Amino acid sequence: MFGTESIPFYQIAAPILPEIGLLILLLIVLSADLFLGPSRRRPAGIIAAVGAFIVMAANLVVGLGMVNNEAFAQPVLGGMLRYDMLALIFRTMVLLAGGLTCLIALDVPKVGQQGEFHAIVLVATMGMSLMSAASDLIMVFLALETTSISLYVLAGYLRDTPASAEAGLKYYLFGAFTAGLFLYGLSLLYGFTGVTNIYALAEPLGRQLLDGTNGSFALALALLFLVAGFGFKIAAVPFHFWTPDVYQGAPTPATAFISTASKAASFALLVRVFGAAWPDAVVPLWTSILAAVAAITMTLGNLLALVQRDIKRMLAYSSVAQAGYTLMGVIALQSDLGVASVAFYMFMYVLTNITAFTVVIIVSSATGSDEIKGFAGLSRRSPCLALGMVLALLSLGGVPPLAGFFGKFFLFSAAVEAGYVWLAILAVLNAIVALYYYLTVIKVMYVDETEDTSPIRAAQAPTIVLAITGAGILIIGTVAGPWLAWALAAAQNVTAMVP
Amino acid sequence: MNSPFLLTIITFAPIVAAVILFLMPDEGRLDPRKDKARIASLRTAIRSIAAAATFISLILGLAVYFMVNQAYAAGQTGFFVEDGPWTWVPQIGISYHLGVDGVSAPMVLLTGLASFCGVLISWGIDDRPREFFAFFMLLVAGVYGVFVSLDIFQLFFFYELAIFPMYILIATWGWKVTREYAAMKLTLYILVGSVVALVGVIAMYFLVQGAGITASFDIKDLMAARDAGVFDKPYVSLPAALGGGMVSFAKAWFPFIFLGFGVLAGVFPFHNWSPDGHVAAPTAVSMIHAGVLMKMGAYAALRVGVTLLPEGALTHLPWLIGLSLVNVVYGSLIAMVQRDFKYVIGFSSVSHMGLVSMGFATMNLRGMTGAGLQMFSHGVMTALFFACVGMVYDRAHTRDIPSLGGFAQRMPLVAGAFIIGGLVSMGMPGLSGFVAEFPILQGLWQAASSVTLPGGQPARYYAVIAIFAVLGIVITAAYVLRVIQRVFFGEFEEDKWHDHIGDVTVLDKVALAILAFWLVAVGLYPPIMETMVTAGMEPIARLLGGA
Repeated sequence: MFGTESIPFYQIAAPILPEIGLLILLLIVLSADLFLGPSRRRPAGIIAAVGAFIVMAANLVVGLGMVNNEAFAQPVLGGMLRYDMLALIFRTMVLLAGGLTCLIALDVPKVGQQGEFHAIVLVATMGMSLMSAASDLIMVFLALETTSISLYVLAGYLRDTPASAEAGLKYYLFGAFTAGLFLYGLSLLYGFTGVTNIYALAEPLGRQLLDGTNGSFALALALLFLVAGFGFKIAAVPFHFWTPDVYQGAPTPATAFISTASKAASFALLVRVFGAAWPDAVVPLWTSILAAVAAITMTLGNLLALVQRDIKRMLAYSSVAQAGYTLMGVIALQSDLGVASVAFYMFMYVLTNITAFTVVIIVSSATGSDEIKGFAGLSRRSPCLALGMVLALLSLGGVPPLAGFFGKFFLFSAAVEAGYVWLAILAVLNAIVALYYYLTVIKVMYVDETEDTSPIRAAQAPTIVLAITGAGILIIGTVAGPWLAWALAAAQNVTAMVP
Repeated sequence: MNSPFLLTIITFAPIVAAVILFLMPDEGRLDPRKDKARIASLRTAIRSIAAAATFISLILGLAVYFMVNQAYAAGQTGFFVEDGPWTWVPQIGISYHLGVDGVSAPMVLLTGLASFCGVLISWGIDDRPREFFAFFMLLVAGVYGVFVSLDIFQLFFFYELAIFPMYILIATWGWKVTREYAAMKLTLYILVGSVVALVGVIAMYFLVQGAGITASFDIKDLMAARDAGVFDKPYVSLPAALGGGMVSFAKAWFPFIFLGFGVLAGVFPFHNWSPDGHVAAPTAVSMIHAGVLMKMGAYAALRVGVTLLPEGALTHLPWLIGLSLVNVVYGSLIAMVQRDFKYVIGFSSVSHMGLVSMGFATMNLRGMTGAGLQMFSHGVMTALFFACVGMVYDRAHTRDIPSLGGFAQRMPLVAGAFIIGGLVSMGMPGLSGFVAEFPILQGLWQAASSVTLPGGQPARYYAVIAIFAVLGIVITAAYVLRVIQRVFFGEFEEDKWHDHIGDVTVLDKVALAILAFWLVAVGLYPPIMETMVTAGMEPIARLLGGA
């Protein structure tokens, strides 16, 4: 890769443009935090948000400009990263989510007024950006840990609040344990093959299976450890136990970030590792394991969400269920539609969940509680916020003309195409169960009466976020073609071996 | 015949209205005492926008209706007034494709009538009128979209689009006692059915793709695949309990697709949501709901189930007709014993929708034409019924039949309209009900000799079903007359009602007149509708060997 001939600078810089950009941004935010007075640190957050959007746009422009370049979809930096369409799309998602998180955090007391919070969000975003592109086992683990450790800090950011401290500790303990399992799985793979590049694993593993030097039992063990590690990151059953407590205890902007960006980046990594690293003989094994995980995840997530009274806990279980749906796309990885549906679904999920959490932030700062009851009468107190929440919930529920409808449709189609009709039927029935609790919240907003009928006014920054995400949900939900075309482009070269 | 954008405008006029309404100023920010004049003018603007949008769609729907009529008169076949196909999500064969034929054109007209009259009748809504009309417009757009879709994915898109505003409308503006329960029940019932059908259609798409034929969700491509026999090849092996062996896609999926949509058409035993939903909904929503939405289910079952999987229809409709018979008889028996005025009408819908699916199950042209006409006739009739019930309830604040009485004295026009509706529902000659129900019964007799069961023997029991179905109509006469007699005639108790029972407003009268006009017009001069419905049903009946 680093041959004798000199490589043009842009070919080295472009693949790590987001990381470079975020690092510079991080330094700016930290210096701003240093030089602004203690009570005037709000601009740090604005810098972080705007900066993240600029990095996102730059990455997108440069990336799309390079799509036809020979350096595209090639390993870079000694095979540590792979700069391809999948990386481009998921990096866009995590940068968008990072920027939006900084914006919605701006007016949250004790959270967004300090530069630190935004700086940690940027570090986590950097880790996720690496996760989206990582193509080497070592890079995978480094990226994962960069992300996780920042997220532990974000979850426990309000350290003098017991709930937040508990969330941080719980997240950390779970994370440390599954990271250990994951690392063990990676080390097994390395031990079997002697290579660390994801794209170089499948060939020796397949050969060893054939000639019997390495049994399928050992490989299954490595597979299970990897499933455990990913299961924790995407909140799949039975590795989801941290989810409700962390979502509830963490400051809401951090919850929004954990539930969206972290899940999206993990799915990018999952698609890459499972799409490329396993030899064909193992495919039936891991698809059936993941099918079982998906079925249990979506069912349990939805059933537990039914009984929640706290909106953040409800959204936590709903996000568990959403991970279950998305796993259907991973199961169908063999077809282009499988990868594409995962990318599409995650994009819509990022927009939708951030919308929901933004409304939660505004409403709970007005009512002082996270209870679903607190949403009573929202349609009278603020028709726009109520409508925004309706958009988000119905999009999560998969209702047209919102993004979630196409997202679910593509996932179900991918599952049917892969021959998992039973899973698709289970998923659509689950979608109905999910609608029950989404509709319950809508009912509370529109039907229930409340004593306090004073109008709720949203601050400027969250209003901007709601406008962006709401428009995004509607646009993706109506004009789905171009986005699917992008997602399919990501599918086309993700599983290809290194030439 | 191509008339660009006509159907697009019909479908999108309500959506545009909904968007405008959502962008209008929020009256909650105004002080009800100080800004009285502003609130009043705001509300007038809101209602006028809704009325204008539905009126545009109604008039254009009428134009489309006559264009289709002329096209058939000129000997053309197929779909007319097409918009598209334009690519929407080309990667998976989804396009934007609108068009109508003899089956859907009356449905478009019906939607126009029910929605415009619904807006007129809801003029007095004073709780959050902006939201009410905006969601109502979305509902109407969804319904239009289903009837004009020639792309099955697009059909689902609009189908689900129609259901959610319905939830909010019923839960928020419905009858306080049962609205939350009824709205949730209705939404979940309908959705379970539709998503099961959706999986079936996705499976259909991949089956066509696997067969190497042009795969898309466009109905024309799917019909071509049907003609190529893709759905009749062995598809799945039955479990031993069901006899084992391989069955075709058509036979395996037909019951799920047909009943999946049939949930919305109120097919027994999935009818349970419907009376509760009708009763809990605000008047205008009941009208759309019972009048048009249930037809949407029947229409989709016909368009996707019967048209694309005829082999499945031939296998399964002979037993599914038993469910329709239960609908007809059981629905009317339950209507008979209701004390609540609105529940009577709610169960009458269950009963009448049974006749629609029964008409499909005759699998011959006569019976299916009757079913098509029944969809229109029952739609207008039941919209009229619910409008009348709403007007009585708004004044009496009760729907308990024994405590009402003599209302014809105070609201003669409403009584007149209700009696016309009642006569239609009994199938009196000269009204649209007769034009619709008589061919269904004829079709049943005909089917007794023409339909052969999968075993090879003729389906004689169709004649028995015809006899019981007539019995259902007799019971209908009994409960309709009972309601007319108890509510509108008899003694008006002055001291009980005091003086607050006045006559209805001019707008209400206009709405009733529009609806009643169509019931009489189709009854007196059936060819204005029968010809085109026959022409529209003919290709479907031919597939089933009954043309």
